Amino acid sequence: MSSETWAYTSNALVYSTIIVLSFALLAFAADLAVGTGQKRADAAKPRRSSLGRQATSGSGGNAGGATVTVAAPPLPDVQRWARVGVSLTTLAAALAVGAVITRGISVERPPWGNMYEFTVTAVATMLVIWVAMLPTRPEWRDLGILVVLFNLLLLGVAVLVLYTEAAQLVPALKSYWLWIHVTAAIIASSVFTVGSLASVLYLFSERYERRAAAGSAGDVRDWIGARLPASDQLDKVAYQTISFAFPLWFFAVVAGAVWAEDAWGRYWGWDPKEVWAFVTLVIYAAYLHARATAGWRGRRAAIIAIVGLTAFLFSYFGVNIFFVGLHSYGGT
Amino acid sequence: MPADQLNALTKSEPEAAPARQPALGILGGLRWMWRQLTSMRTALILLFLMALGSVPGSVFPQRGASPLRVGQYLQDHTTIGPWLDRLSMFDVYASSWFAAIYLLLMVSLAGCILPRCLHYARNLRSVPPATPRNLARMPEHRSFYTTAIESDVVDAAIASLRRARFRLRPAAASSDTGVSDVGSSVAAEKGYVHEFGNLVFHLSILLLLVGVAWGSWFGYRGTVIIVEGEGFANTLTQYDDFVPGRGFSTGLLAPFSFTMDAFDAKFLEDGPNRGQPDQYTADVTYRERPGAELQAERIEVNKPLGVNGAKVFLLGHGYAPAFTVRDGEGIVVFSGAVPALPQDPAFTSETVVKVPDAQPEQLGFNVTATPTAPDKVDPATGPKSIFPEANDPRVYLGAWTGDLGLDSGVPQNVYQLDSSDMEQLGRKDLGVGETWTLPDGRGSITFDGLGEFANMQVAYDPGRWLALIATVAAMVGISLSLLVRRRRLWVRATADVDGRTLVEVAGLAQTEWAALAQEVDAVVGELPGAPAAVEVRG
Ligand code: HEM
Repeated sequence: MSSETWAYTSNALVYSTIIVLSFALLAFAADLAVGTGQKRADAAKPRRSSLGRQATSGSGGNAGGATVTVAAPPLPDVQRWARVGVSLTTLAAALAVGAVITRGISVERPPWGNMYEFTVTAVATMLVIWVAMLPTRPEWRDLGILVVLFNLLLLGVAVLVLYTEAAQLVPALKSYWLWIHVTAAIIASSVFTVGSLASVLYLFSERYERRAAAGSAGDVRDWIGARLPASDQLDKVAYQTISFAFPLWFFAVVAGAVWAEDAWGRYWGWDPKEVWAFVTLVIYAAYLHARATAGWRGRRAAIIAIVGLTAFLFSYFGVNIFFVGLHSYGGT
Repeated sequence: MPADQLNALTKSEPEAAPARQPALGILGGLRWMWRQLTSMRTALILLFLMALGSVPGSVFPQRGASPLRVGQYLQDHTTIGPWLDRLSMFDVYASSWFAAIYLLLMVSLAGCILPRCLHYARNLRSVPPATPRNLARMPEHRSFYTTAIESDVVDAAIASLRRARFRLRPAAASSDTGVSDVGSSVAAEKGYVHEFGNLVFHLSILLLLVGVAWGSWFGYRGTVIIVEGEGFANTLTQYDDFVPGRGFSTGLLAPFSFTMDAFDAKFLEDGPNRGQPDQYTADVTYRERPGAELQAERIEVNKPLGVNGAKVFLLGHGYAPAFTVRDGEGIVVFSGAVPALPQDPAFTSETVVKVPDAQPEQLGFNVTATPTAPDKVDPATGPKSIFPEANDPRVYLGAWTGDLGLDSGVPQNVYQLDSSDMEQLGRKDLGVGETWTLPDGRGSITFDGLGEFANMQVAYDPGRWLALIATVAAMVGISLSLLVRRRRLWVRATADVDGRTLVEVAGLAQTEWAALAQEVDAVVGELPGAPAAVEVRG
């Protein structure tokens, strides 16, 4: 096939991803609508030990509350829609990966040399990470609706605003540091995004819990909050993802600096892109500090994570649109 | 969750102490301020200030990066501009308020981390605390009955924990304190690397700042335009633009020199992005110092020349049309290439040629050069190049005669002709090798060819190795700190009245940590008589 055909295939796969994700979004929305606080009831049950699910009689406990129990409860059927959503998202992840690969074949280089390619790759990465985490981290499933919605928006922006024809790179981008830098940035930002989306859900869930305890829950936000996992679960997801992404983002920034040293003669020049990568890093450092500081865990930490995501999105979209800088892959 | 236990794990986090405030006078006040400054909450706020303070530097043009745009901004915003300038909004990262933020942050960091280092060093050989009485209160807790006897269970637990490289509390220590008065137990701790990594990370941030400061103090950076075939020697006078650090002295200029023998710019010939730059290369020969051996090197974008501690980068390029000008008496009064400023992606370039020595009167030329000339010039836009490579070079000249104004003492822009005291002689376009004989016996101009110039940057940053080492150490530190958690595990076996043994296994991690449950389960799995599944209480 010619490079044009490959590029065409890639575009078709991106459109297919959008369609499949739209259906996945509907499925997750249906899940939210029919799920009536069932998940909270599940969460309240004792957790299963990872030793195994089979019920055992062991040596039969009686003394001092030390009993040996627990069997896996059958999965409640209300999660049928969620399962449909997961299947569709898995398909979308495969399609998105296909779009990245075909684009790479078309341009004969790693396909993240401009905003459009970067965005499509980030979407594929995020979807794959989300799907891959499900077997070991079932609580991630409840992030599905936000992950799908967010990636749908990203793909929309990619197709409508950022689209760039498959082409060669300008000389400034021909460096293997680019691939190291951008690859780390894509993975880190995908994971940051998932973590910060969990923090968004946390705010709903935590608000519901607070107001339900006070007996005043009842508005739309509480309706959503009641259908989400318990807030400490979401908090844990946010913390784990962000503390994984932080060193990676740090590395991405450092790799960018090493590259800048070769390209522009200084490793750090406060170029707008650098400024915002730095701001993002500092905000997530503040998040990690907040988690270690009494009185800042929970709600305030979640808000910091969301501010971090906003800063990241700005460093990604805003900087290229509003500011003049050396980062020349603004698309057109 | 047992707050006392958690505090024991996370202790020495210097929170602002709760007001224990019998007035202690100035000394007490200072101590109070110091404790405030080194608290985590202050660190948080300073981090936010740091993020916030960096933002204006991306909103407003900065003098360091683009002085021309700052000038433009000040011209366009006559009311707010000077105020912004007074607030250092055009020099954010060199401003005193930005320095205040990061210096405070660094002082806070040092004040917070150095005592933690001492604490860490002192506790390197510390013994895990005794098994608490009530293990059921721990975040991870398993219990089961077995027929094995107490000491067998504890021995198996010790073996298992040793294998997992836990630090164990010696049995002697337990019996000394008498805390663990029911059954026999073992207390273990692991993950001291977490704190180590955290300390390395924060110390490296301090080191990074030292490296950055060192480099900007003793370093320099300068740009120079070099025309193909010409050379450069690393002295102040050769630079078009030079930014020294505050501690700079000319002795820091490494005495190298080089000649740019050839420059080549390639552009995409076809495809949707036809005309987009593809690769630039500059072939140079250089000497590390006068008298040193001559070496050849190719400089490309992203591939600088490292020479004698400094680095030479290729920033950009353009065309330099070469001319020979003869005056009215037939004498060669100008010969050489003049760099021309690119005006568009196809490298339509503009410059001027000033010939002050021409007789009877001085000569000046406006030059528009097109590397690939258009078939027809659109009178509305003037000549525009149709491709960036020099396939069919042509220059479009306007000739002037009179007084160039060079003696007026006012510095002149080398790319502009001050024609106020001059009179136009006419216009003409020339291909390579063609000559235009000026009217009225004023002389002639020959277009000798279209050379290229490169925009080079020379940078010297003696702190960059320190900065690199510090960032690598910081990355290692933060990864260790985030991957490893400090945690304690306890196993207790208590003989029951009816001859069975109650076994309890519990775990506590410094911060919530998903793998703790697995670790506890792994220990359970290695104890005699462990069932396949046990109750979990959190
Ligand atoms: C440039 C500024 C700073 C950056 C980028 C930074 C970054 C970080 C990061 C990413 C962590 C998380 C590591 C982990 O959870 O293991 C952390 C933890 C920590 N930071 Fe900082 N920090 C900075 C300044 C400070 C300052 C000024 C203080 C003291 C006032 C401080 C005290 C601490 C402490 C005590 C922890 C450990 C918390 C725990 O035990 O989990 N840091 N820092």
